[in-house]
Amino acid sequence: MHKDALKDRQSQIIRKVEGSDLAISCDKESTAGAVSQRACVFCGSRVVLYPIADALHLVHGPIGCAVYTWDIRGALSSGPELHRLSFSTDLQEIDVIFGGEKKLAAALDELIERHQPKAAFVYSTCIVGLIGDDLEAVCKKVSEEKNIPVLPVKSEGFKGNKREGYRAACNAMFRLVGTGDISGIPEKSINILGDFNLAGEIWMIREMYERIGVNVVANITGDGRVEDIKRAHGAALNVVQCSGATMTLADMMKKEYGTPVIRVSYFGIEDMAESIYAVAEHFNDDEMRRKARLVVKDELEKVYPQIQEYRKALTGKKAAIYVGGAFKAFSLVKAFRILGMDVVMVGSQTGTASEYKELQEITDPGTIIVDDSNPMELSSFLQEKNVDIFVGGVKERPIAYKLGVAFCDHNHERKEVLAGFIGMLNFAREVYGSVMSPVWRFMPRVEVTKDE
Amino acid sequence: MSKMPNFVSTTNACKLCKPLGATLAFRGIEGTVPFLHGSQGCATYMRRYIISHFNEPMDIASSSLGEKHAIFGGGPNLKQGIKNVTEKFHPQLIGIASTCLTETIGDDLPQLLNEYRAMTQGESGIPLLVSVSTPSYSGTHMEGFHAAIRELVKALTKETEERTNELAILPGLLSPEDIRSLKDISGRYKVPFTILPDISETLDGPALLEYEKIPRGGTTIQSIEKLGSSAAVIELGWTIAESDSAGLLLKENFGLEHHRLGMPIGLRETDKFFKTLNHITGQSTPAVYENQRGRLIDSLADGHKYVFGKRAIVYGEEDLVIGLTSFLAEIGVQPVLCASGGKSGKLEAAIKEVCKGLVSETPEIAEGMDFYEIEKLAAELKPDILIGHSKGYQVARKNNIPIVRVGFPVHDRIGGQRILHIGYQGAQQLFDTIANTLLEKKQRESETGYSYM
Repeated sequence: MHKDALKDRQSQIIRKVEGSDLAISCDKESTAGAVSQRACVFCGSRVVLYPIADALHLVHGPIGCAVYTWDIRGALSSGPELHRLSFSTDLQEIDVIFGGEKKLAAALDELIERHQPKAAFVYSTCIVGLIGDDLEAVCKKVSEEKNIPVLPVKSEGFKGNKREGYRAACNAMFRLVGTGDISGIPEKSINILGDFNLAGEIWMIREMYERIGVNVVANITGDGRVEDIKRAHGAALNVVQCSGATMTLADMMKKEYGTPVIRVSYFGIEDMAESIYAVAEHFNDDEMRRKARLVVKDELEKVYPQIQEYRKALTGKKAAIYVGGAFKAFSLVKAFRILGMDVVMVGSQTGTASEYKELQEITDPGTIIVDDSNPMELSSFLQEKNVDIFVGGVKERPIAYKLGVAFCDHNHERKEVLAGFIGMLNFAREVYGSVMSPVWRFMPRVEVTKDE
Repeated sequence: MSKMPNFVSTTNACKLCKPLGATLAFRGIEGTVPFLHGSQGCATYMRRYIISHFNEPMDIASSSLGEKHAIFGGGPNLKQGIKNVTEKFHPQLIGIASTCLTETIGDDLPQLLNEYRAMTQGESGIPLLVSVSTPSYSGTHMEGFHAAIRELVKALTKETEERTNELAILPGLLSPEDIRSLKDISGRYKVPFTILPDISETLDGPALLEYEKIPRGGTTIQSIEKLGSSAAVIELGWTIAESDSAGLLLKENFGLEHHRLGMPIGLRETDKFFKTLNHITGQSTPAVYENQRGRLIDSLADGHKYVFGKRAIVYGEEDLVIGLTSFLAEIGVQPVLCASGGKSGKLEAAIKEVCKGLVSETPEIAEGMDFYEIEKLAAELKPDILIGHSKGYQVARKNNIPIVRVGFPVHDRIGGQRILHIGYQGAQQLFDTIANTLLEKKQRESETGYSYM
């Protein structure tokens, strides 16, 4: 029994036992009243499509859904910044009674005229699913009038969790894929899927691929462009990061266009290196392999000595991880190992059974593994394990700080590159900068220990 | 007004949705867990938004409705959610706000809660349940905030024969620092004030050894129960709808003297606030506040030249905008646009009233505004300064206009919870900040870079 967890949630928490494969219950609806850290379907769609910078993103619904996702991620653009504006139909009671289709059409008309986007995504919210607006029809009509793709995103909030939202986003993007001209795309070409260009990460990753002689067709979706996505089917390979935000799109492209898929992660030295090698392997090209080794060597030399300095200070410190998708957690567990630190708790909002199995394989005995947790449980784990740093997003931050525990933001709002080789160094610096701060010595939990 | 743009779509809204306000109000009640009846995302988004301002834990429970509940009704999940919150948080009260989802599927919250009460009758540890209807498609977070307070009074305040000299203050959405200053005032008058709600500790608490499931502090339930015996109620805010006013309810049901005042921002509104306190308590303004007042006025003389004639755009919640505009008018700043995403229908009259006799031109006054419209108008109005919450930053940056951050939310600076807006001390801090912000810009852009004023 986990004392701070509800009865209904006990099966979603395990403690790793060496050599055995414990069952963890996951992939189910959040328990009512449990204060889950999860968001909704709309959130899933919004975060995936958000970085497409030359598209109009119109949230069809009452104001809240749009306003809480205004400029929410640090997804950078090298050009247009249409994605940083928050557009809403701001549905009112009268629209709920008589339907919102007219308002939607008028809003689209107004916004497309004003901003001349390359495409428009129209997000359904809870209420749209209930009042029965025919988004498909409105979008089709506006698309014909304006001569740009206008794509409904079926992201009614209550129709599941974030993962359903990822699927809805992929479905919308898949309607773009295949509509562009693919002539002139070199043979050795890829799409980068599942990086969102937080702090400019995709630029760095793209540059590394280009250095080994690979051409990048589309960024999906970091610094994304509608025209690139339209011709994404011309790429020879889809390189997919993350737990599945864009996996559905890769699967659909494989089925429709036969585009092969490899899964990678750009977090941590090992995974980053592997991401480059895997592409070279895929193209089975010795010159590319040689260049890949050079890139890894070059980049590693730049950061390794400094990382070792941080490692000296951080060795033996304890870390807890709670992130959206479990895939990122794998990389974080490895990254902490490079810093000589022990991961004592790791959890995710929407991990799958196979992901939790893998987490069990790579963690140390006694590590708490948790699915769809909440502040009460998380605070209890932090206290029980007496952790030195907690990694999560904005909603996890005050739990750590309230208890006097260091924190590293590894979510959408961060402004530091945490991917790639330089990302590992930045991560080490972030962790060091929080863990080593003198402020913790004044916190109640430390002062009490001192008195003893 | 002819200048006012009129668009169908909203871009960068200058308002939040109704349930968010209700959760903030419930957070100011002791032992209370805010609860949203709706989809899980609403609770999570609002938590994130609120946490980013207060830097404090903000647990909002949710009935986490899924697709089948949207079809068959959310009652079973609501009840399960209440049961789970009761089991884990042991709350004294659960404050339940509806959302657009549950309003539209037709869930009858009061009825569902009655069923729950009947179901759990005789069991121990059952919390009080207070619900408020907050469909996100009507009104803003401020209507949700006030409606929640009214529902608390309606549900909890008891009939009484007693009449004390006590005083109720309904402050609206102020910062924890503001609420602390009201508590100080209460202490100096030596008359107990019930401040409803009180977020001074629940949204700005100390570092802790043990995580508190429900943060300490907040208005006690007992004091809400006893409100009916108070002598008077001061309700801050000109734009509160009568149907959302807890102050009027206290007047109608329990015969309290009702005083509606503006937010005590700036000199005159603070004077009125103290005058009302003096009237109700039969005391005179405590010396410490007279001294603060004196220093404020002295500083206005010291700094008046640096702010006179400067043009300001003020935006945000309507009552905050009215208070800030009143203060700007007093110090010789010309408000050129007073804008809010709210639509009370009362903004224009209130702004004209507080500006009367002090400004040379009547500002543009607009309800239902978003930041796209504010930016359009800014291009014509050429303001020297923006005053409002941090969501005006994009307009400020793009147009190179300095911004003074006040109110909620402040997402791009630390200390939003510690901004003092009200009283003479609050006016003092505002004045210093505004004058220094203007000086900073002038100094930065000066070719000489004078090192004196």
